Amino acid sequence: MRKTDALIIGAGPTGLFTAHQLKIIGLDCEIVDNLDKVGGQCIELYPDKPIYDIPAIPECTGEELTKNLLDQLKPFNINFHLGERVDELKKNDGNWEVKTNKGKIFLTPNVIIAGGVGSFEPRKFSPKECKQFEDKSIFYSIKNKKIFEGKTVSIFGGGDSALDWAVELSKNSKVNLIHRRDEFRGAQATLDKVYELKKSGKIKLFTKYQLKTVKGNGILESIDIEHENKEIKNLKSDYVLGFFGLIMQLGPIANWGLNLNKKTVEVDTEKFETNQKGIYAIGDICNYPGKLKLILSGFHEGALAARACFKLARPNEKYRFEFTTSSKKIKERLGVKSD
Amino acid sequence: MAKITYIEHSGKPHTIEVENGLTVMEGAVQNNIPGIDADCGGGMACATCHVYVKEDWFDRVNKKNEGEDDMLDQAFEPKKNSRLSCQITVSDEIDGLIVHLPTKQI
Repeated sequence: MRKTDALIIGAGPTGLFTAHQLKIIGLDCEIVDNLDKVGGQCIELYPDKPIYDIPAIPECTGEELTKNLLDQLKPFNINFHLGERVDELKKNDGNWEVKTNKGKIFLTPNVIIAGGVGSFEPRKFSPKECKQFEDKSIFYSIKNKKIFEGKTVSIFGGGDSALDWAVELSKNSKVNLIHRRDEFRGAQATLDKVYELKKSGKIKLFTKYQLKTVKGNGILESIDIEHENKEIKNLKSDYVLGFFGLIMQLGPIANWGLNLNKKTVEVDTEKFETNQKGIYAIGDICNYPGKLKLILSGFHEGALAARACFKLARPNEKYRFEFTTSSKKIKERLGVKSD
Repeated sequence: MAKITYIEHSGKPHTIEVENGLTVMEGAVQNNIPGIDADCGGGMACATCHVYVKEDWFDRVNKKNEGEDDMLDQAFEPKKNSRLSCQITVSDEIDGLIVHLPTKQI
């Protein structure tokens, strides 16, 4: 069991800056995120898109913002638990006991939910019969590409993942690439490669088609794909891969007894605390009158939630407000020299 | 002002008046019409305000924005007449618009 002053759920910009705020005031913290990298929506949804409304930064991309936030955390030693989802939360003698899907357990007086719009999960195929083949013949990510060697693989999607894997797997497998429209959104160079491989017969391309159903008795045998004009084709397939991007789901947070409003968590605007003492929600996931879903709002919310954490983590100490420009203690924590 | 009908997947219709200049998504959210999530708030960064525009209306609403189809690739069961409702602007010309809502948004 890992003890910490505060556990942050979500390593997006709000979670990262809140870690900074906690460390500045002398609290330790750990961060859990379901994605395998930090940055949250900034990295997953728009790494290359410029953002124009971060105070004092006229323009930066999601990737640059994430890098800067990590740089700002450099003076501190913070444990990240990436690729892990927080599943369970229960009371334990005045603290919260939090368990991840990988079995890690945290004990903390403060849980800060900075979960954006929930955790990212792959968008799955909609026909119900796909479920029984999931993780056997139908995959949404690839862990071991060797299993596809010499097999027929049908890949669905129009982005980089679909195109990259179509090119890669065409070396040792028969590949069908299926997309719901003629245009692809992946990198042009990869797309050129796909068209080349189509010409040489290495990839069969089916556009304006979507998955209709999958067939097989225990083992996947073939799939039906349906054209926009309703025409149906049957393709022999050993494996099916779906790359439709990630969707965001509130996930287990919905079961923690918090006051929810649609997919957001209700908080007060003093501590950004939820209806449960010691559980805070900040950033896109929180809701209060006047809430703006801006990164800058998340920073403010995190700064206040961090101060609220102090009271529960250090019940016998008094929190003293200090500026980074003048506080000797803060400078020590940052590892910089005092004047 | 335009009268817009949102038809839930179950078939239940909701007809409301939406002010010009708002989007079809905003009309739904402001009137608590179930079935439109709009997680990103209209930023074309998710696909949770997905609607099917009734065929005869498809060419009468404003054209798709650049990047809209990229997001629709990630929607639940996209079809030929799929749109993100946050990218359809309300005006007098679309008075009477009918949109169908998908089984689910995520």
